[in-house]
This record gives sequence, C-alpha cells and structure tokens, in this order.
Amino acid sequence: MADEIKTFKVTIDNITIDVAPGTTILNAARQIGGDVTPPAMCYYSKLEGSGGKCRTCLVEVAAGSIADPRPMPKLMASCRTTVMDGMVVKNITSEKVIDARNGVVEFLLINHPLDCPICDQAGECHLQDLGYDHGKAGTRYEFKRRTFEKEDIGPYIQLHMTRCILCYRCTYVADQITDKRVHGILDRGDHAEISTYISKAIDNDFSGNMIDVCPVGALTDKTFRFKNRVWFTKPVDAHRACENPKCCGKATLWLRGDEVFRVTARKDEWGEVQSYDARPDDPVGRGKTGWICNTCRFDKKKTSDWTIEGLTAISRHSVIGANKYAGLEMPNDTIKKVLNGRDPKLLMNIHNVSGVNNPNIHLSEIDRPSHKEDFAKSGEFVKGEGESTQWGLPKE
Amino acid sequence: MQALTNRLKQVDRRKMNFLESLYLVAIFKGMLITFSHIFKKKPTINYPEKTRPFSPVFRGLHILNRDEEGRENCTACGLCAVACPAEAITMEAAERQTGEENLYREEKYAAKYEINMLRCIFCGLCEEACPKDAIYLSETFAPADYQRKQFIYKKEELLIPHPIEDPEAYKKALGNRAKKENIN
Repeated sequence: MADEIKTFKVTIDNITIDVAPGTTILNAARQIGGDVTPPAMCYYSKLEGSGGKCRTCLVEVAAGSIADPRPMPKLMASCRTTVMDGMVVKNITSEKVIDARNGVVEFLLINHPLDCPICDQAGECHLQDLGYDHGKAGTRYEFKRRTFEKEDIGPYIQLHMTRCILCYRCTYVADQITDKRVHGILDRGDHAEISTYISKAIDNDFSGNMIDVCPVGALTDKTFRFKNRVWFTKPVDAHRACENPKCCGKATLWLRGDEVFRVTARKDEWGEVQSYDARPDDPVGRGKTGWICNTCRFDKKKTSDWTIEGLTAISRHSVIGANKYAGLEMPNDTIKKVLNGRDPKLLMNIHNVSGVNNPNIHLSEIDRPSHKEDFAKSGEFVKGEGESTQWGLPKE
Repeated sequence: MQALTNRLKQVDRRKMNFLESLYLVAIFKGMLITFSHIFKKKPTINYPEKTRPFSPVFRGLHILNRDEEGRENCTACGLCAVACPAEAITMEAAERQTGEENLYREEKYAAKYEINMLRCIFCGLCEEACPKDAIYLSETFAPADYQRKQFIYKKEELLIPHPIEDPEAYKKALGNRAKKENIN
C-alpha cells in the first residue's frame, strides 16, 4: 500500500478530477479543459518559475480542503496555488471571479495601446482574446499613458515596450533556454521595462523563442514585420534536420503560396510551445519542449529547406482559419480534357493587372519590413492616360 | 378551384352583334386609355441629364479616406479583406519610413490596395469592419467597361483627393455624406 500513488480530488466549476499532489489549480483545470480553464497571461507551463504576476487566472476557492473546508478569504492566483484534497474551486461559475478578471483586464489595458490594426500579433494575441471576452468598450483612465520608443533587440527581434504587460516570460526564456542572459527587467513598478542591458544585442541561438512566448505584440519577428496579417498566411507543420543539437527542428511555417513568410515553434491548445519526444540523437529524453533555434526561425525561409507534413490544426473559433478551405473538393475539370490537355485561355490573368501578391516580388527574401521601393519593380498593368477614375479626373 | 385574387373575370363568349363586329367602339375605348397617359405624371426620368437622388444608405464604389492633413488613414490591417464575403479586397502592407509622415497616418500603411469590382457585391462589410475610418462606400457606381482589367481598382483610384492640395475635388468627393460640423 505504501507504493500507492496518492491523488487529490479537486472540484472545479462542479467538475471533479483526481490530480497528483503539487498540481496547481490552473493545471488541474487544464486537465479538464474547455471553458473551465482560467486564462493565463504570464504563466507558461514550459518556463520554470513563471506565473503569479498578471492576476488574470484568479479563482475563488470555495472550500480549502477536506481537513479545513473554510473558503479562502481572497481570490487566489490559480497558477501559483496548489490543490488540496477536497478543494472546491469556482472559476466561471463565480461572479466575483468574472468581476475581478474584468478589473484585471482593465488594468492590463491601461498602458497597452489599442494598435491592433498595426500590431503583428493581432489574430494570435492572448490579450486581444482576453480583452474581447472581458474588456470594456471604453476606458476610465484619464492620465498620460506610458510610452516608449521602439527598440531593436538583436537583428531579428523588435521590442515595442509600449505594448508590454510585464509578464516576465521572455526573461525566463533568456534565463532558462539561452545560455547567457543579456535581457532582463530594468527599474521597477510603473517604470519597469524589459530591455537588453544597455541595448546589448542578443545573439543567442534560441533568443527567437521570446517572440513565441510573448503573449502580446511586444516582441515580434522583424523578418515578418508588416509582411502580412497572420490570418492571411497558411500555417503548415514542417520539420528539418537541424544542425543544432538542442533544436527540435519541428516548426510551423506560415505560408503565402510557396513563400515562407514566418517560422514559429508549434503551439499547443493553450498557446504554448508544444512538447515532443526527443530526437534520436538527443540524450535528454522524452517530453522535451519544442523550442526552435534562430537558424530555423529566421534563416530557413524557403519551402525547400523543410519537409512539410501538412496543415496545422487551427481552432475553428480562430480568425486564422478564416477564408481557408481545408478539405475542399474541387469539381472534376473537364475543359482540359476536352482541349487535349491545353489550359483554357484566361479572359484575364490577375497577375497581369494586380500589384498584390506579385510572383516577381519575394517578400520572404527581405529580412526587414517591406518598404515602398520593394513594390516598385512590379510591372503591373496601369490604366492608360485619360482613362477616368471614379472622381472624373484623368489619372496621373 | 378557389381563385387566387378577386379580379377573376369570366370571358364573354357570346356572338358579337353588328356594332361590336366593326370594332370601332373597342378601338376608341382603348385609345382613350392610351391618350389619357399623356396627362399623367411620368414615372421615368431622362437619365444622363437628370439623376435620381441616392438613398442615404446607398452603397456604391469604395473610397479610401484621408485625415484632415491629407494623410492616408488605411494601415493595411486586413480586417476589410477578412470581412469581405466575396474576397474582393487584397493588399500589401509596408512600413512608413522617416520622411513619409506627411503621407501616412500610422507606422504601417497599404503599399498596394486593390478592390476587384468584378467580385465586389457592395455589401458594405468592409466599411463596418474598418477600425481606422479608412474605407467608405460612396454614391457612385462602377462605370461600365469593355475590358475586365479596368475593374481592378487600385489605391490611386480609390483614394479620396487630397483635402489641402485639391480642396475642390475633395469636397466633391465627400458629397453630402460628409460629417456635419455642428449637429445641434
């Protein structure tokens, strides 16, 4: 009997589950899954010591344990509170929690700019989702907001400190994933900001993973910056044999046509980097987090560099799945058969007319945001002299 | 069978008498109806010379808006394109560089912006989706053309005239949908 694994029975929103001792409420809720799971902005299961900062995962503990069934007087941060046997937790069933979470979102949005139309994170931003679920339409804040100049962290990462919500995830990446830390938090309280110490460039092999862990658009990929919106690119799972022994070589490619616009690590259902079985030559073993190295992320921007496995599964509630037709069955095209294998003559080839998605311009090969000149060599159709526009004015 | 309307009339199939077989009376009756229309109000108008007023909710060709300093409002956020049920809108974004601040309002702008008017169904969802007050449907409609390529509307054609450099054309383009300065 001594070897019997002891489990704790915990009830979250009237759903009971047995979990191992030492599990946090948040992880127990994640084992149940669905709406019961509290949102988390700073907690990241793959980063040791993360959590306890953003307060979005607050839950009400209605009964502490079997031994002491009194409710906890305050709302608890579920990512930092471990379960007790017989604990009863209320998340979405508690009005106090919903109210507190709305307040937390209001606090997070005090200094966060509403520049989602510009931000590259839009569409996969956790704060955007959270604000959509819990945010108010207006703001009650009347004072000057905290603003910073945008900053380059190394050659590939752009830091928009104004958007930062100080979750500290990126500093944990710098601490735990990269081998030497040159990135951290300066100052404290209202003045706290993440920075490389005295703008020292990060040249670590795994620094790019900061982009993936950032819940907002504070750290973004400079090679992808403004190239396209995430929901217009097509995510596919791909892998390559990476020379770096610590890199798993498994990634998600974000494609437009055959062009690789962006490479990210693969994300699980909580928006965190997935865990994998290790590579055969890897000594560490199973359950390794699939961090990818900067070579995979920033330099391998060709489909020929990768072995594509197939479409990434996207939640059907996500905007990333919009206008993509997986499993589309095209009707049998008989015209080609009738014309002895010749394609029908097009009445208009869109590439002769359109300046968008020009086959001669390869945005993925530019490792900076695109500028006006990049679109100059398009050679598209331009309406002739004197042909009127809708304003009745001849075109220049 | 039950009649669908109360205007059912039984056809008179009796043999015509002499006066009726001359048809004169019937022709005169018919002409009376025809000529009476001369004195009635015409339901049509002489189209190119005269035009009918547009409904205040009419959705015509798109315009891309500028702010009062003449900077383009559009930041190429792609919400119009993702809202578009006909997938008519496409764009390419670019970063604003130093020296271009008088051209674009935000740090990102649409380097290319195209609406395929052959695909567009003029539903106005792009106008609703726009967070930057940048796209509006105007009171003009796409002119007819012989070639399909004329219907790919580029940014240069969609942009409203510059309010400072060309105030007259700007005012004309605003039409009577411009924001009224003082509502009360």
